[in-house]
Amino acid sequence: MTDLGNSGNKSDNQAYSLTDNALVQLVDVSFSRGNRKIFNGMSLDIPRAKVTAILGGSGTGKTTLLNLIGGRLKPASGKVIVDGLSVPDLSTRELYALRKRMGLLFQSGALLTDLNVFENVAFPVREHTKLSESLIHHLVLLKLQMVGLRGARELMPSELSGGMARRVALARAIVLDPMMIMYDEPFAGLDPISMGITVKLIKELNHALGITSIIVTHDVDEAVTIADYMYLIGEGRVIAHGSAEEMKNSSSDEVRQFMDGLPDGPVAFHYPADDYRTDLMGVDQ
Amino acid sequence: MKFLIKFLLSLGEWGIARITRLGRGSQFLFETLTHVGQSLVRFRLVYHQIYSVGVLTLLIIMVSGLFVGMVLGLQGYYTLSDFGAESSLGLLVALSLTRELGPVVAALLFAGRAGSALTAEIGLMKATEQLAGMEMMAVNPLERVIAPRFLAGLISMPLLAAIFTALGVWGGHIVGVGLIGVDEGLFWSRMQGGVDFYDDILNGFIKSLVFGFIVTWIAVFEGYDCVPTSEGVSRATTRTVVNSSLAILGLDFILTSLMFGEI
Repeated sequence: MTDLGNSGNKSDNQAYSLTDNALVQLVDVSFSRGNRKIFNGMSLDIPRAKVTAILGGSGTGKTTLLNLIGGRLKPASGKVIVDGLSVPDLSTRELYALRKRMGLLFQSGALLTDLNVFENVAFPVREHTKLSESLIHHLVLLKLQMVGLRGARELMPSELSGGMARRVALARAIVLDPMMIMYDEPFAGLDPISMGITVKLIKELNHALGITSIIVTHDVDEAVTIADYMYLIGEGRVIAHGSAEEMKNSSSDEVRQFMDGLPDGPVAFHYPADDYRTDLMGVDQ
Repeated sequence: MKFLIKFLLSLGEWGIARITRLGRGSQFLFETLTHVGQSLVRFRLVYHQIYSVGVLTLLIIMVSGLFVGMVLGLQGYYTLSDFGAESSLGLLVALSLTRELGPVVAALLFAGRAGSALTAEIGLMKATEQLAGMEMMAVNPLERVIAPRFLAGLISMPLLAAIFTALGVWGGHIVGVGLIGVDEGLFWSRMQGGVDFYDDILNGFIKSLVFGFIVTWIAVFEGYDCVPTSEGVSRATTRTVVNSSLAILGLDFILTSLMFGEI
C-alpha cells in the first residue's frame, strides 16, 4: 500500500490522526463472492466530518465496501467498526438503530416508485417517528429546498430525470440528520449541470451539517474537487491513500494509471487470456 | 457407468437445490408470519394491498364465475334430464361451486392475476434496489412490504371465492331457470335442502383460505428471492403461476380426501 500522506508534505488533511478520529474503520477485512476474492486483508479508516473518496475501477468492490459498512454484507474475516460498534456482530435491532444514523445513496436513487417525491422524503420520518403532519410537512420541504426540488414535491419518481432522482434520494437520506452518508457512484451518468449540482450539494452537506461523507466513485476529477481524503482500491486491497493533492502528484504507477486514465499499466488492458497467436491458430486446428 | 454417475450427481444436485429452496421459503414464511402482527396494527398498509390484490382481481373473478355457472347449468341440465332429475339442477350447481369449482378456479385465477402481479412488483422493487434502500433506512421490507401483501392475499382469496361461487349460482339460475325453464321454486328449494353449511360451505371456505395462503406465500417468496434482473423477474413470475397452480390442484385433492373422502 502506498501511504501518500506519510511520504509527501503533510497537508491539512493529515493533521488529524485517522485512527483516533475515524468514524469507520475496516481492519484486515476479507470478503469473497463464490471463488472470487473481492477483499483480501483490506484496512482503511474514514475520518469524521470529512469527505472521503474511495476510488477504484469497475468491479474492484467499491459498492461491496459500502454494503459491508452498512451491514448488508458480512466479512469472511476482519473487523468493520462504525462509530465504535462492530457492525457484523450487531443484532438486527442494533443494526437498524445504527442505520437510522447513516444514509446510503444508491446509484439509481432507489426511490419508492409508488410514492411521490414528498412521500418518498417523508418515508423514513413516518416510519421512525411520530411527528405531527405539520412538522413532517415542514421537515420535508426544508430538505427538498436544500436539494432545490421543493417545487417537484408532487412529481412521481417516473417523472424525474436521473439527476433529480438522486437529489430526492439525497433529501431522503438526510431527512433524519444522519451522522454519515455513503454515496454510491453519485456522479455516474449525470450531465455536467447535474454533476455540478451534486458536487455542490455534497460539499454543502459536509460543511454545513458536518456529515461524514464516503463517496465511492471512479470519476477522478469530481473526487479530487470534493474529497478531503482519498483511497484507491484494487486487487482486494488499498493501493494508495492520501489527500487529493497528494494523489494527484503521486509518482506511483498504479495511482498514475488511474488518475490519468491510462489504458495500460499495472492494471493490464487485456483480460488474462492464453497467448494470442496460439488462440488464433487454435481456430484453424 | 460414467453416464449413470453423472445422472445421479445431477439428480442429487437438483434435489439439494430444491430442498434448500424449500428451506429458504419456509424460513421466509416464518419471518413473514412474525411481522403479520405489526401489519394488523398498521392496517392501512393491508387495506391498500387488499385493493391491489383483491379488488383489481374482482372483474376476472366475477366474469369467470358467471360463465362457469352458466356452463354448469347447461351441462347439468342435459345430464340430469336424462334421468328426469332436472329439478336438482340448483343443487348440482351449488354443490359443484361451493365444494370444488369456487375455491379451485378462483384460486387459479387469483394465482394468474394477483400472484403474478405480486411477484413482479416485489421482484422489480428488488431489481431497482427499493428493498435494499428500505433496509438501509432501517425499515424491514418483510414488515413494510411483504407482511401486508401476505395478509391481503389471505383475506382476499376467500372473499373472491365466495363472490365467484355466488356469481356462478346466479349464472346457473340464468341458464337453468331463465333460458331452459326449470322450475324456480324447485331450483332454490333443492339447493337449500341439499347444501350443508358445515360440510359444503365451511369446507369450501377452508379450501379457499388454504389456497390463498399457499398462493400468496409462493408469490411473495418468488418476488423476494428472485434474481434481480429482468430475466430473473420474468422467470420468478412464471414460477409463481406454475407452482401455485400445481400446489392448488395437489392440495385440493388432499383437502377433498380429508373433508369428503373415505381415504
